[in-house]
Amino acid sequence: MAKRPAYSQLCKAIEAGNFVFTGELEPKKILDLSEIFHSAEEMKKTGKIVAANVTDGPQGDAYMSSLVPSYLIQDKVGIEAVWQVTVRDRNRVALFGDVVAGAVLGLKNILTLTGDHTALGDHKKGCAVYDLDSTQFCEMLSIMIDEGTDYEGNELEGGKIEMNFGCVANPNSNPREPEILKVGRKVEQGVDFIQTQTAFDIDQAKEFLKELEQFNVPVLLGMFPLKSYGIAWYFDKFIPGVSVPKDLLKALKKAEKDNKGNKQGKYAALDKINIEFFNPFIEEIKKTTKAAGIHCMAVEYERLFEPLLKSYPKYI
Amino acid sequence: MIITQLKDIDEIYNMIKPYDKILIAGCDGCCQPPRSLNEAKTLGQLLELKARTESKDLKWKAITVLRQCDDRIAATTVRPHAEDYDAILSLACGLGVVMLNKVIDKKLTFPAQNSHFGGVQNNGENNFIEYCEECGDCVIGETGGVCPRAGCAKHLSNGPCGGMVDGMCEVGGYTIPCAWVRIWERLKEFDRLDLFKKYRGPRDYRTSTSPGYIPIYKEYGNEDEEEQKEEAKA
Repeated sequence: MAKRPAYSQLCKAIEAGNFVFTGELEPKKILDLSEIFHSAEEMKKTGKIVAANVTDGPQGDAYMSSLVPSYLIQDKVGIEAVWQVTVRDRNRVALFGDVVAGAVLGLKNILTLTGDHTALGDHKKGCAVYDLDSTQFCEMLSIMIDEGTDYEGNELEGGKIEMNFGCVANPNSNPREPEILKVGRKVEQGVDFIQTQTAFDIDQAKEFLKELEQFNVPVLLGMFPLKSYGIAWYFDKFIPGVSVPKDLLKALKKAEKDNKGNKQGKYAALDKINIEFFNPFIEEIKKTTKAAGIHCMAVEYERLFEPLLKSYPKYI
Repeated sequence: MIITQLKDIDEIYNMIKPYDKILIAGCDGCCQPPRSLNEAKTLGQLLELKARTESKDLKWKAITVLRQCDDRIAATTVRPHAEDYDAILSLACGLGVVMLNKVIDKKLTFPAQNSHFGGVQNNGENNFIEYCEECGDCVIGETGGVCPRAGCAKHLSNGPCGGMVDGMCEVGGYTIPCAWVRIWERLKEFDRLDLFKKYRGPRDYRTSTSPGYIPIYKEYGNEDEEEQKEEAKA
């Protein structure tokens, strides 16, 4: 398959050889997007975060659709969106409709996901759609972008969809082989980039990246800075397949305890722990692997970006 | 087997409440757990007790049918009893309930059960598991005999998904094995990972759209004859 042109800033930055960073925004059960805009502005200010992922009902919860916030952060803040689209809630007809609408709104990146099952979310009685799986969604996007038709070959009039799309991969997967083979199927369907689930174990992450090298697709390794002990604890306990290192959990707990009643002190201590853990982590990934960058899921933790990425050059 | 579960007794009672005399029909066919004459009698006793708490005298009779979904068997077995009763309560799967409504069309038949799936009892374990969802497009020839539709919560054609942890599925609190890991294990065992790597395109849902309807003459190759009949009619 001929390589698709880089339409998005994200893919252009990767193509130009930069070690890129993407951030993450999570529109929840909200009507007011001011906090999302604030986070997006902080990301943009760094000059180092090329795009921000906008999540689509993570953990199966009913949240604001990712389409509109993706458009608005591009339009109002000027940071590119990586529009996350799951196949959980839409059949192929709705997926086509949304993708075309997204293209008209100027969205340039889609991240294809299966999506956490509705049984995990806050509307457990709902019907989980999964008409297409995420690999088939990748095929559909390839057809729409490269051939200018819908999934059945009917022509799409009035222009061309100029988008890049990616898929996800899970470095924590056990067993790993079926995960790698599955990523292979997605790559066959023409993905432009891969963003991974969060990794805390550097050796595991490096092994995983090594295995993904065979696909020759840029990979952004997922990283999840821990804003508080509570979040770290929740993540460790409830996010499938991810365990936060015990030392890190202990240090976060201690930092919160030592700075009880002192908000600034607590923030400084927590930030320090995160920087001390993740800075060498990023450095190691950059130096020793072929990863194209880091997908930094510092949701509502935008103050960390500046100090965490201090040693990296601006590229946008 | 068709895996069924008895409805809540209050729900069953509320369905038959308007009637004084009910015929309770068990089924000796394929529903699991078995719902035969003994189960029909037990249900009758429970409903009678329930009716008494409301000072109502419920008359009932329990019978069983070899297979409620077979129109001839259902009609010949149930019809002689049905006349003396106001309504019928079926302990078969949904097929049996619909069939009784059809062949005993002067009475209403109510379902005492919920029908879940085509499955089996897990060997030595106290649970039933789905094996087949009757999708009309069987793919298990490519998946080592494990169905990725009946076995995967997301019906994936190209799994596993990111919700698999240590070989278990995110749905059901990581107690049910991931079908796609099982498929990978099976195909690896037979050195057929070529099948695992294969991309599978989108499913054609026309094979499982309701109401399911397959003209029998097509199956038996009498198409020409039928077409001629259609033409003659026209």
